[in-house]
Amino acid sequence: MLPRYILKRLLGAVPTLLILITIAFFMIRIAPGGPFDEDKALPPEILANLEAKYDLDQPLVVQYLRYLGSVLRGDLGPSFQYTDFTVNELIAEGFPVSLQLGGTALLLALVFGVAIGTIAAWRQNTRLDYALMGSAMTGIAIPNFVLAPLLILVFAVYLGWLPAGGWGGGAAGNMVLPVIALALPYMAYVARLTRGSMVETLRSDFVRTARAKGLPEWKILCKHSLKVGLLPVVSYLGPAAAAILTGSVVIEQIFGLPGLGRYFVQGALNRDYTLVMGVVIVIGVLIVVFNLIVDVIYALIDPRIRYE
Amino acid sequence: MSTQTGTIPSFDHAAAASGRSLWQLAWRRLRRNRAAVGAAIVLGFIGLMVLFGPLLSPHGYAEPHWDRISDPPALATGHYFGTDSIGRDLFVRTMHGGRISLMVGLIATGVALLIGVAWGAIAGFVGGRVDNLMMRIVDILYALPFMFLVILLMVVFGRNILLIFVAIGSYIWLDMARIVRGQTLSLRQKEFVEAAQALGVRSRVIIWRHIVPNLLGIVAVYLTLTVPRVILVESFLSFLGLGVQEPSTSWGALVSAGAQDMESAPWGLFFPAAFLAATLFCLNFLGDGLRDALDPKDR
Repeated sequence: MLPRYILKRLLGAVPTLLILITIAFFMIRIAPGGPFDEDKALPPEILANLEAKYDLDQPLVVQYLRYLGSVLRGDLGPSFQYTDFTVNELIAEGFPVSLQLGGTALLLALVFGVAIGTIAAWRQNTRLDYALMGSAMTGIAIPNFVLAPLLILVFAVYLGWLPAGGWGGGAAGNMVLPVIALALPYMAYVARLTRGSMVETLRSDFVRTARAKGLPEWKILCKHSLKVGLLPVVSYLGPAAAAILTGSVVIEQIFGLPGLGRYFVQGALNRDYTLVMGVVIVIGVLIVVFNLIVDVIYALIDPRIRYE
Repeated sequence: MSTQTGTIPSFDHAAAASGRSLWQLAWRRLRRNRAAVGAAIVLGFIGLMVLFGPLLSPHGYAEPHWDRISDPPALATGHYFGTDSIGRDLFVRTMHGGRISLMVGLIATGVALLIGVAWGAIAGFVGGRVDNLMMRIVDILYALPFMFLVILLMVVFGRNILLIFVAIGSYIWLDMARIVRGQTLSLRQKEFVEAAQALGVRSRVIIWRHIVPNLLGIVAVYLTLTVPRVILVESFLSFLGLGVQEPSTSWGALVSAGAQDMESAPWGLFFPAAFLAATLFCLNFLGDGLRDALDPKDR
């Protein structure tokens, strides 16, 4: 049943992405401002030439159909702002960086978040629980743009243990601080969600049965309860993974990293239409794929879940 | 036969609701939870401060004092929290910013609660094509460029604080919908739902009376995570110049302004951050208290 479901969902991804591209395309174009707005208005002849070069003088529907055609051929078009690059090149350059950073951060957030949440639920309403959840809440309350400079100040400026920024070709030392700054809020989210759901799970009948037959506590926690208790975390991970893997503007700016996140905000502010569309498509594909994985994991952790 | 029909026990919802209802029990248990009650009291205090705090100060939130730029906190000058880089009183600004942040937090979270729970529960319970359609809509909304939505809303309706609520609310319910749907997929297969279906209870009633109450625990936890997210999204929008407009402010905007001068004028970061953190801590403990109180197994 499951392979058929996966195939159906993958086929369903095509119209989903098509609708996404259509809505995003027109939304971006209807928004006021254009890619060639500058403090000093361009002479009309130059503007007309520029617009003709990028097909912007055509009716919107024609532009849309041409764009769709080139996307289907795998060509995301030229960037308006980075004039020497195509969007494909920009994404091919930025995405691996975001992927490496985001993947490491995601793994870190998942492992520590689940562990912290499980321990807190296991010792519910004790001092240990309050301390763990208190620190998790601190992690959520401190915004990225405060945490990242603080980390740089302590570990790079005062202690001098790690570089303050830069990518260094993905050297381990350069990754430590941005990964921590990126992972901490997600870790806190995962910990809170895990605790909430584990508290409920640890009260269910099957856990009582497992205790009654004398199973060791770690086995009850790790083998029996976590499987059920992780359900909300898995739900949260689909969109969270897509978000974390496409990079964070704030982190990339503060640490000076060449990732994908900055393109989204810069592209939006500069009306770099093709660049924004390219990033939207990358995010869309990731979301479709991760949410499909999430739905498959549901069926694996709870065999009663059916999708017909 | 005809005499028998009268004795078949029918499931009477009115009778089931009387006695100790879920909400009465929950309220009783919540009041016994000391951490939750303490958190509620502190939250109430913060709410009062935010509403009436500016009356305690001789200064306004927008008036600059050019002779007192980046003053440290002092009782003598009436600048209890110091002043910012153009000499505006930070005590009044923190209270004023709290109104915006708390309002954004409450309204957007309310939207997330209403739409997210209904959307997720219906998609998860009905399943099949309806589920597929509803969740694909969520996928599309996730991937849409949020900033263009904000820019568009502003162009169409003009710059307005209400728009920020709408924009954030329209985006923040998506996570809630996914989490609720995931839980519902699992709950739908439980024995008590099967029993209700066997009794002929209508789907709408099953969702409302059997599915939703079982979701409340994780919903309460996720709500306490949504409020800080909303407040931070708002600060990000303000940072880009799309959120609240100077001289008006919010906690997020104050924290990000304070973070820029955190070495020379740490009070600019400390006080708004402390209020933000205190609010989030209290929401956290209140949320956990609510979760415990709503847990039907915990009598």
